[in-house]
This record gives sequence, structure tokens and C-alpha cells, in this order.
Amino acid sequence: MNITTDSAYPWSPLEKRPACCEPKSFLEIKNLSLSYKGEKAFEGVNLDLYQGCITALVGPSGCGKTSFLTALNRLTDLISGCKLSGSIKLAGEDIQASSVDILALRRRVGMIFQKPNPFPLSIRKNILFPLREHGTTDKSEANAILERVLQQVGLWDEVKDRLRAPALSLSGGQQQRLCIARALALKPEVLLMDEPCSALDPISGGIVEDLITSLRGKYTILIVTHNLAQARRIADYTGLFWVRNHVGQLIEYGTVKEIFESPKEELTRAYIQGMRG
Amino acid sequence: MTKSSCRKERLVTSLIWLCVLLISAVFFWIFGEILWNGGSKLTFDFLTLAPKQAGRGGGIGPILISTLWIVGVAMAVSIPLGVGAAILLSEFKSSENIFILLIRRSLDVLAGVPSIVFGLFGNAFFCKTLGLGFSILSGGLTLACMVLPILIRSTEEGFRSVPEDYHLSAAALGLSRISTLWNLLLPAAVPGLIVGIVLGVGRAMAETAALIFTSGYVDRMPTSFLDSGRSLSIHIFDLSMNVSGGDPNAYRSAFVLMLILVLINALASFTANYFFKRRIITV
Repeated sequence: MNITTDSAYPWSPLEKRPACCEPKSFLEIKNLSLSYKGEKAFEGVNLDLYQGCITALVGPSGCGKTSFLTALNRLTDLISGCKLSGSIKLAGEDIQASSVDILALRRRVGMIFQKPNPFPLSIRKNILFPLREHGTTDKSEANAILERVLQQVGLWDEVKDRLRAPALSLSGGQQQRLCIARALALKPEVLLMDEPCSALDPISGGIVEDLITSLRGKYTILIVTHNLAQARRIADYTGLFWVRNHVGQLIEYGTVKEIFESPKEELTRAYIQGMRG
Repeated sequence: MTKSSCRKERLVTSLIWLCVLLISAVFFWIFGEILWNGGSKLTFDFLTLAPKQAGRGGGIGPILISTLWIVGVAMAVSIPLGVGAAILLSEFKSSENIFILLIRRSLDVLAGVPSIVFGLFGNAFFCKTLGLGFSILSGGLTLACMVLPILIRSTEEGFRSVPEDYHLSAAALGLSRISTLWNLLLPAAVPGLIVGIVLGVGRAMAETAALIFTSGYVDRMPTSFLDSGRSLSIHIFDLSMNVSGGDPNAYRSAFVLMLILVLINALASFTANYFFKRRIITV
């Protein structure tokens, strides 16, 4: 624990947590670069996401973490002038191939945004509408999924008597959990989360964080966070993004223990200790 | 605050109040005059009977029906076209597409074209070229051209008021563009559409110049869309300008026209509210 001795920002020792899985690579990213209208957002990112693990991306604002996330479900397609190069393989399949069904891909790779963004529909419709669009037309099956995912995110007891109430009448934390439930209802394999707790108050943020932890082992999760302590609490693997020569880069990637206790890069050490960033 | 700036502030405040008073005074004057001269003598018979002696006597039954048909044709044509165009326009930014930029500029110009020009165009194109003659159909189609720019613009505003978040979260859930449009964007755009319809119906109802050359003057009860028909505003114009002794009935007709417009407004805001609540709150 050399970190704690010379740090202005002492960490307690890492808790032992259950191993998430066999480290089996599920999403393989090779030499990925992204540019908006010729301006590079990030470049040369190599990263493997391990199945069932939680991987946290940390780093200062504007270093391309969110852009990186949106490349993984091809949300970047919606932005004109956005160019992606390199390869992304989901369970061995290249997701950038022209034959890929993009709607099916986005079903497999769900995304949670920083600001909770439920649709302006009722609570139940928020979950049932995407389900119906993806072919679940049987009502009793859909309702069973509705109950299961709401229970999974701990929202069922809070909302079971008012499923027809507007989703926007929920509190911020409840809305975020509803969005997670909405994504889970589609049975994704990967969940991308873009600072899911940062727009919430600390208590709601804590509840959402516990929820994310409970998803370990069932989904491959990539979470972007500004909160180093959070990354350390919940992640199995951590990557540090940083801006070098005006372009975002992945500086270091490893298990939480490696990154927080014996980082290889000086920059990582400084960032972890709160001296940079 | 110094004395002079305090005085200045008072001056500006009273000037603003004066403007407000002046504008409301003009409105209440017009409304009061029409109510005084027309509203007090309005009977149910007036709404149902056919006009007699060039409108000096009788009622406005056939004229109400013609007006309804003309406005009905105009809206039936312009609403689907307008919504379609608004969807296209809201999907693109004009900075990115020269075609869209052109459409938008044309709409702005069209919205400012005097109605008499629309009337002449309608007469040349619908009445003569297409051979529809002086008819309710020609009048309605001409009004549709006039109303379209207003309708498209306000519906487009409705689509644009939908937060970008919905597009993104819908895309991230793997929803198709069509179903996003149908289930999320369209309901959210309904209030904008209704505002456009109200403005459009209002403009169509009040239109005189464009209809003189297209739907004609005939005050008989129309029997088909190819019949000529006189709209309420043309009736008012005719009674007050061409028929001596027509003023009392002109006032009455004007009162009816104002009443209809107020009713449409009330109905529209009620429907917009209902749609808003139904789609967005309960479903």
C-alpha cells in the first residue's frame, strides 16, 4: 500500500469482492479512433471488456470517454460528419459491418445516459413500448417482464400501485432506475452507462450505484464516471482516459487493484492521488 | 437610484401601459360595436334561413354551409401535406441541406404574399387550368395554399420542441425512426399542430380577397363541391360595400363570424390540452 503513505488523498485498502467471472473477453476494441468533422475526439484505443465484469472509465472532462461509449452501440451514426475507424467485436462479431442490423445491435448493447430520460409516457408504457417494438406482443409475457425488471431495479414496491402514472412524476433517482429497467427489459448483453449517478442527489446516486453492483455477473458493464471513489468501489477493471496533444487517449487499463494500487504510468498515479485532473 | 433615473423608469412604465391600453381599447371598440349592432338582434332563424333581397333580409344559412365546406376542403388538403412537410423540415437543419433551405425560404415568402395574389393564382390555376370553375373546391384549394406556410411552420416548431434526449434514448433502445416518429414525436407535436390549425382556420375563415375570384359570390345553398359558394366574410364584404341597407345584417354576420372564431379557439386549446394529457400523462 505505497499509495496511502505518500498520498494527500488516502484510500482505505480495497475490499475483497467476489470475482466477477472468468476473464473472458466479450467486447474487443482494437485501435479505435473517432473524429468529428476531421477533429479527433480520441484515437488508438485498445480495450477488452470482460464478460460479466464492471469496467469503469475515468478521466477529466472532454477526453472522449462519452464519445467512446457512443461508438460502441453505433449511436455515432446519428451524428453527421462523425468518422469511426478501427474494429469493435461483440462476441467475435464485427459491429461495424454493413450487414449488422443496427436496431438489433442496440438491443444487445443498452445505454444509460447521464440525465435520466424516460419517455413522457406512463411508467409501464416506458418499458412496454420498446418491448413491443422489439416483437414482444404477448400481453402477459410483457407484463411479466415489466414486473421482473422493475423488481430487479428495486422500483416495483415503490410504483406497483401507480404504473399508469407519468414517468416524469418520479424522482430523479427513480427515473434513472426506470431507464435502467427499460434497458434491462430488452435483455441486453452489454450495458453502457454514461455517468449514471452524477445528475442525482447522493442518496439516489448511492441506490443506483448499488443497483449497478447487483448487475455484476449478469451483464457486461462499461461505466463512465468522474467519481474515482465510485470507480474504485464498484469496478473490476478501470481505464484512464486523458487528453494528449488535444486528442483523447486511453493511458492505462487494468484491474482496479493494478490501477489504484500499483499504476504503471506516472499520470495515472498523479490522477489517482488527486494531484492531477 | 437617482431622481432622474427614477423619473425615467416611471415614464417608460407608463408608456408601456399606454400601449397596452391602446391595443386593448381598439379590440374592445371593435368587439363592442359588433356586439352592440349585431349580437342584440341575432335570432336562431338568421342562422338557418336563406338570404333575401341580396342579403338585406332573411338569414345566412347557405352561407354558413358554404363557409364550412370551403374551410373543410382547405384543411383536409393542407393538414396532411403540412404535417408531412413539417416532418421533413424538422429532420434536417437548413445549414446542411440546400434543398431544405430553399423550401424554408419559399415558405417564408409564401406566408407574406398578399391574399389577392393567391386569389388570382387560384383563379388562373384551379378555376381555369384545372377547369374547376368558380367552385367551393377551387376556393378551398386556394385557401389550402395560403394556410400551408402557417401550418407547416407551427407544426415544425412542435416537432422541434421535442427534446433531443428523446431521439437519443429512442435510438439507444433500438427503436426505428418510424416508431419514434409515430409514438413519441407526433404526439409531442400535436399541440403545435393544433395551434397551426387554429391560425389556419382563422385565416381561412376571415379570407375575402382570395375567395372572390375562386369560390365566387353565389348565395344559394351549395349542392356539390363544384358549386359556387359564398363565404361568410365575402357576405359581410358584399353587404357592407355593395348593398345599401345591408349594414344590420352585415353586423349580424360579423358577430356570427367572431363567435365561430372564438369557439374554434376555445375548442382547439381544449383539444390540445386533452391530447397533451392523454399522450403524455396516462396512456
